[in-house]
Amino acid sequence: MSVAILRQGSYLIASIQSDLSDREVTELRHELADLVGRHRSRGIVIDVAALDVIDSFVARALRAIVLTARLRGAETVIVGIQPDVAIAMVQFRLNLKPLRVALDLDDAIELLDRLTRGDAEDGG
Amino acid sequence: MADEVRVPITTDADLVTARAEGRAMAERLGFPRPDPTLIATAISEVARNIVVHAGRGEIVLRPFDDADRFGVVVVARDEGPGIRDVDAALRDDYSGRGGLGLGLPGARRLMDEFDLESDADTGTTVTMTKWRYRDELARRREERRRRA
Repeated sequence: MSVAILRQGSYLIASIQSDLSDREVTELRHELADLVGRHRSRGIVIDVAALDVIDSFVARALRAIVLTARLRGAETVIVGIQPDVAIAMVQFRLNLKPLRVALDLDDAIELLDRLTRGDAEDGG
Repeated sequence: MADEVRVPITTDADLVTARAEGRAMAERLGFPRPDPTLIATAISEVARNIVVHAGRGEIVLRPFDDADRFGVVVVARDEGPGIRDVDAALRDDYSGRGGLGLGLPGARRLMDEFDLESDADTGTTVTMTKWRYRDELARRREERRRRA
């Protein structure tokens, strides 16, 4: 399997293990939407450090994951974008608007803790 | 010098191969970072266009080594239905099937030269080039040696 998805408390952690085909990216999208509902997760971390390329298709898929998860009550944080990949994404002018990014897993969890706490306060 | 590499493109899995071959060739030729990633990303976009719009085609990676420059020419060729409005396909706001509008202009920004030819009879050929001056390479190698 090219993506390992673990549960940590109310969060899902998806670690991409190798470069993905478009089909595998789409499968990841569907699987995360599914798992968020099944486990009532409040947050998702996607580790993309293994991706050598983030092109328009992958960027669109990440955006879709973020927006779909949000509709199901979960926030998403992307971690591990490689420096060269970041440069390529900017030069490409990919639309990165809804993406929240952290440098590593610890930062991502901290950010999710903050985000989901904020939700609870807004809601209650 | 490295030889030409051909990657047949028929499914989305072939994009992974094309990207890897492009990156490997860029690194073999001595492109500095982040160029191999830029080249692999541009290849990914033109290869996807083949899968989505034509169904099949090929990517040819052709290294070149002139007196003062080195680089790679990427040719993406298919015999599909062609792109009706080439100018529109290269605009950012064009929303053709499969997101044409984003992929090609993005790929063009990642490369140094970009040319798109398309008609309904012969299909579509994208030719794009990334190159560096040789003395720039020599300078970077020298810098690296000094740092090491």
